[in-house]
Amino acid sequence: MSTPSSQTFKVRVLRQDKPGEHGYWNEFQVEYEPDMNVISALQKIAESSVTADGKTVAPVVWECNCLEEVCGSCTMVINGRVRQACSALIDNLLKDQPEHIELRPMTKFPVVRDLMVDRSRLFASLEKVQAWLPVDSYYDMGPGPRQSQEQQQFAYEYSKCMSCGCCLEACPQFLKTELLKRADETPQQFRARLRAAVERSFMGAHAIAQVDLFNMNPIGAMNAGERLDALTAEGGIQVCGNAQNCVKVCPKSIPLTTAIARGGRAATVHAVKKIFDW
Amino acid sequence: MAKQSVMIIGGGLAGLSAAIKLAELECDVSLMSVLPVKRSHSVCAQGGINSVNDLTRQLGDSEWKHFDDTVYGGDFLQHQPPVKELAYWAPKIIDLMDRLGVTFNRTPEGFRDQRRFGGTLYQRTSFAGATTGQQLLYALDEQVRRWEVAGHIHKYEYWDFLGPVLDETGRCRGCVGQDLVNMEIRAFPADALVVASGGCGAIFGRSTNSVACNGAAVSRVYQAGGHLGNAEFIQVHPTAIPGADKLRLISESARGEGGRVWVPRKPQDPRAPQEIPEKERYYFLEERYPTYGNLVPRDIGTREIFKVCMQEGLSVQAGRMCVYLDVTHIPRDQLDRKLAGILEIYEKFQGADPRKVPMKIFPAVHYTMGGLWVDYEPDAKGGLNVGSPRNQQTNIPGLFAIGECEYQYHGANRLGANSLVACIFSGLTVAPGIIAYVNSFKGQKAGELPSGVFDSTRRKHQDYYDGLLKRPQGGPNPYKIHAELGQLMTKSATVVRHNADMLETYAKVCELQQQAARCSISDISPWANQTAPFARALDDMFPVAKAILRGAITRDESRGAHYKPEFSQGELTAAEPAQRRREAEAWVDRFEANNRRWLKSTIAACGAGGEPALSYEAVNTSLIPPRPRLYGLSGGDVIEQVYKERNAAVKKT
Repeated sequence: MSTPSSQTFKVRVLRQDKPGEHGYWNEFQVEYEPDMNVISALQKIAESSVTADGKTVAPVVWECNCLEEVCGSCTMVINGRVRQACSALIDNLLKDQPEHIELRPMTKFPVVRDLMVDRSRLFASLEKVQAWLPVDSYYDMGPGPRQSQEQQQFAYEYSKCMSCGCCLEACPQFLKTELLKRADETPQQFRARLRAAVERSFMGAHAIAQVDLFNMNPIGAMNAGERLDALTAEGGIQVCGNAQNCVKVCPKSIPLTTAIARGGRAATVHAVKKIFDW
Repeated sequence: MAKQSVMIIGGGLAGLSAAIKLAELECDVSLMSVLPVKRSHSVCAQGGINSVNDLTRQLGDSEWKHFDDTVYGGDFLQHQPPVKELAYWAPKIIDLMDRLGVTFNRTPEGFRDQRRFGGTLYQRTSFAGATTGQQLLYALDEQVRRWEVAGHIHKYEYWDFLGPVLDETGRCRGCVGQDLVNMEIRAFPADALVVASGGCGAIFGRSTNSVACNGAAVSRVYQAGGHLGNAEFIQVHPTAIPGADKLRLISESARGEGGRVWVPRKPQDPRAPQEIPEKERYYFLEERYPTYGNLVPRDIGTREIFKVCMQEGLSVQAGRMCVYLDVTHIPRDQLDRKLAGILEIYEKFQGADPRKVPMKIFPAVHYTMGGLWVDYEPDAKGGLNVGSPRNQQTNIPGLFAIGECEYQYHGANRLGANSLVACIFSGLTVAPGIIAYVNSFKGQKAGELPSGVFDSTRRKHQDYYDGLLKRPQGGPNPYKIHAELGQLMTKSATVVRHNADMLETYAKVCELQQQAARCSISDISPWANQTAPFARALDDMFPVAKAILRGAITRDESRGAHYKPEFSQGELTAAEPAQRRREAEAWVDRFEANNRRWLKSTIAACGAGGEPALSYEAVNTSLIPPRPRLYGLSGGDVIEQVYKERNAAVKKT
């Protein structure tokens, strides 16, 4: 137990009321209980919403859902490290840094409010690389293709990606793009402008891994070329600077650098084939 | 002709299945979800998805046996035609998900692998590691994205469903929703509305459910006139890890792969579990249920764990209720290939490696069997007339419900790995019915109606929300009220239910409801406000909580997950055969009398203040006659014998 003397611990939260506004810190004193995680600490903060110096504030805004690290919602920067709040156990955090626990929103995505960020760009890159199997229909056409155990186990690693964004937060080539909605814009116009802005920037490791996942599937292999075209378009795999941070922060231990290496090779072969029109 | 427009509420397995099938049938589909659909609660489903398969078929299995296991597991409380249809579609559904790229585990020869699950003797469960729900959801999420790019599906993520819009004839013509970022409240015309909002675990405070599973969408339909069916049936899963914020599930697949549940025979044996020799361990499920062993259905497993801990005093720890779930004897490579997902959860949250040390687990609220009442249309063969607009339609015309939020498939207890198949089945089959419904309706399309039809409902929700923000400070705290509600419901409406206790709880829940109506909102921001929508969802938990309690108080019997000791038949006590036979005869007499009285569905209609008005509906048991549900309980064979003889006699006459 890492809080021997006190029954409370401190949580510092970097807050922001709205997009485009300045951030500010609030410090909260939270009553210690065994088996707490960052989620239960935030729940306690929401219950009282009083800062350590006695000021009543609005409850901290954050996202969460499954609380067992499979949905990706509660991703934030905890004591300087991007991860899910649900699996960040208070005992472990206090062991490493007893003074306080520090929570910040992810820095590569626009802040919506407090610890909630807009990660829609993640899903836009899944659209860009066509991360799906183009089946004919949803009628009964019998089973899918047979696959070896080895291939299933390899594909399964990629298919655990929960689109949390940790790999993007840690990537030096993935840069924040933040636009604010203008008063004269409709929401559709704003979305289109936003889409155009991120279209050409780096897609990141998660999307590169999905290309490998779908291209190795026997059905997906039939239109692998289209995915490789997207993979090598502006903002594609060539932007990767090989820092290898992505694989270190992935909470699901997805072999992202393997995906990048395989994607690079496939892209080269694809380019050569295109030149010779094979 | 204008395209049919359909709004779906919820983006889990059911909602996404309906969305892609409707898009394929050329509907204009909108989908509203409180969070990005890829983060829906379906990701928490671990163990697998059931269907008869080529292997089990050759061992004597069939669609009919899957159907039989499902109704026997549900203690015969389901209408049988939709369940029969489900069992016959199940193999096709798994084939489809296979084609959509789900990374199902494989045999060395490259076929889909299967494992055993609770309540069956066949290896019927396909799985993708121990994250099957996540994999199925992702495959559907990808297909939805494909249709979005093509312009056929439009998603509204971070939108809260506030209620249906009904026209003056009571027909559903769309809904009202709130953008949870800019807080705009807006009406959406739709020719049909499909609610696919999942279960209501949050009413019990901590459960295995995700935070979004608060039952609010169901409650909003219920308060608008939709009926609830069998609301009192709540599944408590035998094996979860207790936590401060959540009770995390450890899948039944741990037992499907050979995991064993035990306690030391010596109460609170201080030795490490690995040091306790085999003969000093009490494998209570295996001893009491030699046929099914650790894979008895969940209601039975849960009650046995309760009994061992509370009545027999054999909890592993003194201050904390728990039993061992042991997978340490299973080879490590098998564990890593088939169960890694759940073992990692245990390791991450408990800090111990379950490959080396038995897990400590205890039951937790897990699944909502009851839910919105929906209709079905049988066909001549006893299955469903697929394509009928009656299928999955609530009592509100034009409003459909699918997945965990409706009551139809699981009766009094759901079998493991049947929820995923029921979610996808109801999602796929609701689509042609909706097309038939919209095409047969001769009135104006929802999009052509005057805006007045929508304005008053929108206004009502806007006024309520504005009122929330204007509440004076210093009132009760909504988070604390929620915690109290959860404690009350967990204490009296879960594993063991007593009428006196539940009546007391009902009164306290009414008091809490009054307090909730006065609670203060500590955030009045017009931007990404989470507190006011939480308080609104809390208000909506009360009508459902009351329907659960009232249904349970009124149902004076034990059936599946609903267990009242004073209305439960004990085990036979006599040892002498003739006397034992007489006891068994009496047991079967009482069983038959009870079925005449209680084999019926509870239907709740919401009255003023969320007070439920109950009525009952006969259950269609036309295909499989109800029989005593003993699962080969040691010593229960004579009961089954008596029952069989009587039934044979009835058939002859």
